[in-house]
Amino acid sequence: MQYTSLLQDKRLTILLSGEIDHHSARETMEAITSKIDVYLPRSCVLDFGGVSFMDSSGIAIVIHALRAMEELGGEVWLANIPAQPMKVLRAAGIEKLVRLGAERSPA
Amino acid sequence: MKPENEVVAQFPSLSANEALARQIAAAFAAQLDPTLEELGDLKTAVSEAVTNAIVHAYPERIGPVSLRLRRLPGNLVEITVKDRGCGIPDIAKAREPMFTTGGAERSGMGFTIMESFMNSFSLRSVPGKGTTVRMRKKLTGRGELG
Repeated sequence: MQYTSLLQDKRLTILLSGEIDHHSARETMEAITSKIDVYLPRSCVLDFGGVSFMDSSGIAIVIHALRAMEELGGEVWLANIPAQPMKVLRAAGIEKLVRLGAERSPA
Repeated sequence: MKPENEVVAQFPSLSANEALARQIAAAFAAQLDPTLEELGDLKTAVSEAVTNAIVHAYPERIGPVSLRLRRLPGNLVEITVKDRGCGIPDIAKAREPMFTTGGAERSGMGFTIMESFMNSFSLRSVPGKGTTVRMRKKLTGRGELG
């Protein structure tokens, strides 16, 4: 699991890549939370474009980011989700919680 | 049903072995010529079952987890994940979506995903003795054993 992040106009984009499982989940969560705490963004985009595998640990990561952004009154977007992670996210009904499928980051 | 092929792997309940278990399952399933989606479903189900054993079966220690993969007639793949850990005190509760005792990095969706991604799913657990998860999935591919 690797990630890079960029901040533009109060929008924090976190590019996730590699395999998301329980083994890497805690570290990823802490990295996302610390970026949100430092930059205090208005929105946070989790970009799944580079994710080659994800199990239900990814759901916990999204919910964790959502809680952190709700504390700031902001929102979470999920972008560029490949088919396998999308199937896992849909099984959890994640589209009821966050905005999905943004090919481009929100303006 | 007599298996046409079978592999058994045993490893300690270290979280680094979650990825190993997925790779073993993917390599075993490859001979059945699965679709990309089927392969993803199998890897996800294995990941959930093995992670459960690692997180819940042995909360205070490292113990053995076994993964058995079988190819059965009719293009069926059977996955059995077994531990000798603490067992599940309340199976009905454990299977409820979003229920977890695993802390912030768990979503409580593992059993829901295993049930929806596989064609059949069974769970046996005896407190103090261990837990066995058995799942089957029928693949559409036409892989032949050489």
